[in-house]
Amino acid sequence: MNNHIVKSYDNEFAELDRLTAHMGGLAEKLLADAFASLDRRDPKLAEIAVAADKAIDTIEQQVQERAIVMIAKRQPLANDLRHIMTVLKIASDLERIGDLAKNIAKRALAVAGESHPKPLMNGLRHMNELAMRQLKDVLDALSTRDAAKAREVWHSDAGLDALYNSVFRELLTYMMEDPRNIGLCTHLLFGAKNIERIGDHTTNIAENILFLVEGVTVTDERPKSDDTSSMILSKPAH
Amino acid sequence: MDLTSINRIQAVRTAPVTAAAKPAKVVARDVNVYYGDKHALKHINVDVPDRGVMAFIGPSGCGKSTFLRCINRMNDTIASCKVTGNITIDNQDIYDPALDVVQLRARVGMVFQKANPFPKSIYDNIAYGPRIHGLANNKSELDDIVAASLEKAGLWGEVKDRLADSGTGLSGGQQQRLCIARAIAVNPDVILMDEPCSALDPIATAKVEALIDELRTNYCIIIVTHSMQQAARVSQRTAFFHLGTLVEEGVTEQIFSNPRDQRTQDYITGRFG
Repeated sequence: MNNHIVKSYDNEFAELDRLTAHMGGLAEKLLADAFASLDRRDPKLAEIAVAADKAIDTIEQQVQERAIVMIAKRQPLANDLRHIMTVLKIASDLERIGDLAKNIAKRALAVAGESHPKPLMNGLRHMNELAMRQLKDVLDALSTRDAAKAREVWHSDAGLDALYNSVFRELLTYMMEDPRNIGLCTHLLFGAKNIERIGDHTTNIAENILFLVEGVTVTDERPKSDDTSSMILSKPAH
Repeated sequence: MDLTSINRIQAVRTAPVTAAAKPAKVVARDVNVYYGDKHALKHINVDVPDRGVMAFIGPSGCGKSTFLRCINRMNDTIASCKVTGNITIDNQDIYDPALDVVQLRARVGMVFQKANPFPKSIYDNIAYGPRIHGLANNKSELDDIVAASLEKAGLWGEVKDRLADSGTGLSGGQQQRLCIARAIAVNPDVILMDEPCSALDPIATAKVEALIDELRTNYCIIIVTHSMQQAARVSQRTAFFHLGTLVEEGVTEQIFSNPRDQRTQDYITGRFG
């Protein structure tokens, strides 16, 4: 990576990677805080998380500006070109992950005053753990250019989708049992959806890492198992 | 339906299906070149398709110009140079002893790094080849060839009122296009270009590149260039030479986005020189 004849070119790549890593770190922290604020009904933490999204947006802009200057100045080719293009795309996925995590924190603010039936959060907690692990793994794979690890993350998204299906069912059941749950459950449902979307962006990042390392676009069908879009629960018989 | 959506539908309908492989025009098999004891080119095998541009890239001294000069037997003029192996154009062996080298060089035109118009009028620069090869029966036919060649080279509008002026009085970019016009005046099959833009400014370079793009619909063009961006812009296939071997040859997009060989990658990304 770092053996161009022109040393300043190497430095520019190093800076691009540093910025992307920084963004990744901030996105991880934001998701952790946002979910904790929802889980613990902690509006203070939620506000911190909402505010933290700005920093991610700012860095994304810096990544974009630097990438454009590098393309204009260096006219990159082959792996250098793939490097810049994938960093650009990964930065935009990380920015979206930041937005989605911020949205979870906003839900936390909305439900801060609601009562706290414990089992409701179990499924979401599992989803969040899996999403956090995938995000961490994909960021590790990015910094070490580890295609095998990226492929693992790519395959593991199906697990997150399956969890989302069961959370969706569970929350719908709670809503049908007692209409007073509807407000809270709807917010949690959106929270779950946000985590599921974060998983999709993580999968995008994994695909981009594979393109960066191997130079080929992933054309396989994504392992999907989110079928909530066609799911209907009938009212339980009393 | 509004025009934009019609355009969109049209774009979908006319989207190109994967391009069919073009037949090879120039075929080289196990070509070796020696300058005295020096083994300058080693076992080169390549198929250059017709009606397209192939770029030869590689560091200085890698053998790309030497190989280019094998295709019109320019290396014959160097006493110590020995060429082995087989090169055919349209299945005809160009190293066949019975072959007339002068005729070969009319079929295989060449454009050099430095524009080299004859110290003659613009008209005579173009008319020279057709005259010696007897391509025109009378003055008016020759006039037509000169006009058509200058037209094809995109130079007609700029010089039509001063055909009697000296060719050396043109700007560098115009001189280079004059040389291209001179090459195409004798109806070649193949045009070889050895760094045709390295002495030109960006505007003149763009004009020559636009011309190459036009010419490729009718000719087989091989261009040696040190500019990766130029190779990426003008060619459909690219061959990378290094230390006298042909390291990798393929579709230009693939060579510049995802080369297979580490040496190609290192060279085009500026990691060794």
